[in-house]
Amino acid sequence: MANNVDALYIFLLVVSALMSVLIFTMVIFFAVRYRKKAGVRAEQIDGSHALEITWSVIPFCVFMVFFVWGAELYFKERRPPQNSAEVYTVAKQWMWKFEHMEGQREINELHVPVGRDVKMIMTSQDVIHSFYVPAFRIKQDVLPGRYTVAWFHPTKAGTYHLFCAEYCGTMHSGMVGSVVVMEPKDYQAWMGGGGNQPLAVTGEKLFAELGCATCHKTDTQGRGPNLAALFNKPVLLEDGRTVVADENYLRESILQPTAKIVNGFKPVMPTFQGQISDEQLNALVAYVKSLGQQSNAPARNVAAAAPQP
Amino acid sequence: MHRPATWPRRPRNRKFQVTSMATAVLETGERETYLNREYGIKSWLLTVDHKRIALLYLMGITFFFFIGGFFALLIRLELLTPAGDLVQADTYNKLFTMHGQVMVFFFLIPAVPAVLGNFLIPIMIGAKDLAFPRINLLSWYLYIIGGILMVYTILAGGVDTGWTFYTPLSTEFLKTNVTTAALAVFVSGFSSILTGLNFIVTTHRMRAPGMTWNRLPLFVWAHYATSIIQVLGTPVVAIAIVLVALERLFHLGIFNPTLGGDPLLFQHLFWFYSHPAVYIMILPGMGIISEIVCCFSRKRVFGYKAMAIALLGIAVVGFLVWAHHMFVAGISLYAALIFSFLSYFVAVPSAIKVFNWTSTMYKGSISYQTPMLYAFGFIGLFTMGGLTGLFLACLGVDVHVTDTYFVVAHFHYIMVGGMVMAYLGGMHFWWPKISGRLYPEGWGRLAALLVFVGFNLTFFPQFILGYMGMPRRYWDYSHSPEFQILNVLSTAGATILAVGYLLPMIYFLWSMRYGKPAPDNPWNAAGLEWTIPSPPTTFNFEEQPVVTWEAYNYDELDQRREEVPVAH
Repeated sequence: MANNVDALYIFLLVVSALMSVLIFTMVIFFAVRYRKKAGVRAEQIDGSHALEITWSVIPFCVFMVFFVWGAELYFKERRPPQNSAEVYTVAKQWMWKFEHMEGQREINELHVPVGRDVKMIMTSQDVIHSFYVPAFRIKQDVLPGRYTVAWFHPTKAGTYHLFCAEYCGTMHSGMVGSVVVMEPKDYQAWMGGGGNQPLAVTGEKLFAELGCATCHKTDTQGRGPNLAALFNKPVLLEDGRTVVADENYLRESILQPTAKIVNGFKPVMPTFQGQISDEQLNALVAYVKSLGQQSNAPARNVAAAAPQP
Repeated sequence: MHRPATWPRRPRNRKFQVTSMATAVLETGERETYLNREYGIKSWLLTVDHKRIALLYLMGITFFFFIGGFFALLIRLELLTPAGDLVQADTYNKLFTMHGQVMVFFFLIPAVPAVLGNFLIPIMIGAKDLAFPRINLLSWYLYIIGGILMVYTILAGGVDTGWTFYTPLSTEFLKTNVTTAALAVFVSGFSSILTGLNFIVTTHRMRAPGMTWNRLPLFVWAHYATSIIQVLGTPVVAIAIVLVALERLFHLGIFNPTLGGDPLLFQHLFWFYSHPAVYIMILPGMGIISEIVCCFSRKRVFGYKAMAIALLGIAVVGFLVWAHHMFVAGISLYAALIFSFLSYFVAVPSAIKVFNWTSTMYKGSISYQTPMLYAFGFIGLFTMGGLTGLFLACLGVDVHVTDTYFVVAHFHYIMVGGMVMAYLGGMHFWWPKISGRLYPEGWGRLAALLVFVGFNLTFFPQFILGYMGMPRRYWDYSHSPEFQILNVLSTAGATILAVGYLLPMIYFLWSMRYGKPAPDNPWNAAGLEWTIPSPPTTFNFEEQPVVTWEAYNYDELDQRREEVPVAH
């Protein structure tokens, strides 16, 4: 991705430099060539529609090249590939908290293997922050009250700066960390030792503890919708709308269950706003998502899968 | 309306009917002007003369410019070293916040319209004053009340929201003087709205006979376009800022998600005004540059109609690009697509303007007095500012460079390289008319050169810093010492820039007492303002001017000059 951004940047740079040189040369040339001389009067020219149209249309066409190329790249930057390793991120004044699917938790440091797509599912506990890794050319604001998503594909082992790019109060410039990209075998070693409870398992336990399972049954239809294979599927709501059950939908349905009522169900679920932490919420979402992938394997070890071909 | 719209009489100024019959001479033997007609503080604070109000604004604006500049200098000094060692983190956050708020709301937005526009628009269209002289004074008082609130905010310990007041940081998390700062912006916003309203009505209703829309100087067109934005855009930011204050005081839950609000709503409301506000700042500057380039090239502007239409086009399309500030904020992909397209679209009229200024010089008779040097600087720096804007409008690249020093450099090229250059160029160009004195030309050229060099040295390195990934609003970059060299260059440039800005203030003040008396038309420039004495009398014109010529009739002026050689 970084190479793609740099290619477009260099293209922009070259075209802009050519435009500037053209204009500066003209200004300097005219300033010297037509400087005031005794006995020489300025020649009045009213304008020229042909020229004006030329220097409107040509720049516009060039701009459209920038636009299309930039938009295409943006769509790539914004759409995480399927089967990315997922890292749940909670930002707060002034630190980054990461939780891998395998259950490893980190603060201000994020370890990832070379060659694996990594999808960051991020939310903030307080104000707006922004997840920025200059080396990967990615940036995404992290908002309180919802998830935003970023992704990257590290290609070279090393340690890269992680910055908060949205002003967030006193220690904004201290909200920095690093992304440590490791060779897959080093990464496995770092991951090793076990003892960590995968995130979806944490979620599954919470799901039971909080009593969710009483209504949301995965085999039969309970008082609440069956959540098996729900993730990323369209859901028909009571008011006739259809929404896709993405991470933000799951999040909202836990915190504000009455915001979107599924068709055929009653608004009987209590809110969990203020009852559970952002980390617990992430675990629940991860669990429900795991139900979507394979109904009988909720704790699938996602991030440890082999690098993509 | 029983009065003729273009030539209103003002019953309260009965003296006018006596003095306007002929050029009045004071007892001291001096010619009577708007400056010496009355003396005393009351004659200034209660004046309804647009020229005196312009000077009142000039004082306020100069004050805030140097306050904001002082904050900027402290910011640059802090960034000289990677560690945060000059000021505390909170102090630094207050410095960049107050630098932004003071410069944007109390300098950039009012500077050209309220000083030069106020002084010149009535004269340029052949009127005695603005349509609503008392409202004009009210605008100034609102500006000053807003300014006092801002000064109070600073003295009471400052504010650290960032000039953008982003929620929920501003509404729930900061303990500083957010409410008074919000109130300051709110009150000064009404000053801006009323000035815009005044200019629109004046341009429609007060033009002298023969001053058709096609003969208006582009300076007036630029202010007309600006005024439309001021009237339509400012109320939105005023409401957004009030909502911030209300949420802060009463926890209303408009922007705060834990109360059911939406933090992005604030960003939409804020940028709906604050992006067009960029055009409030730059369009009047474009007007100035058009006047200067024509005068010092001795030519009619290339493509008058295209220039006027481009100004209006920028004003209208400028309202439809606000969300390009939010490409990484969490808006939908398709919204981003539309806002990126429209941002490219609005760049076209700006490109036309640059090409037309350049073409105006073609086959001209160009001289290099101070205002023209500023115009050269403007064209160069505005071009670079505009072209780097194309990088930011480009979705794929914006993701990387937004919220870094690349953005800081970009908007300073437009705001400082463009607008402040134009403002200084305009101040030099019209200073003889405003003060009746000539400024020292040699010092003027030196200052213009210092500003140009200092500016580039300050802000060019910031483009590179931005692409390297240095985020804006960072107090401490000790984790990335590789940023230091460019920051040192930037700080060095800022000191040169500071000298370049202090010089004009010193020699303008000096010239008020010691400068050579200015002739009525020192540049042999076109436009009604140059047909009246320097400085003008209170009611501008001895008799109703009738316009029979096109704008920028430099051909006629130069012809006349050849026929009647001016004795030197």
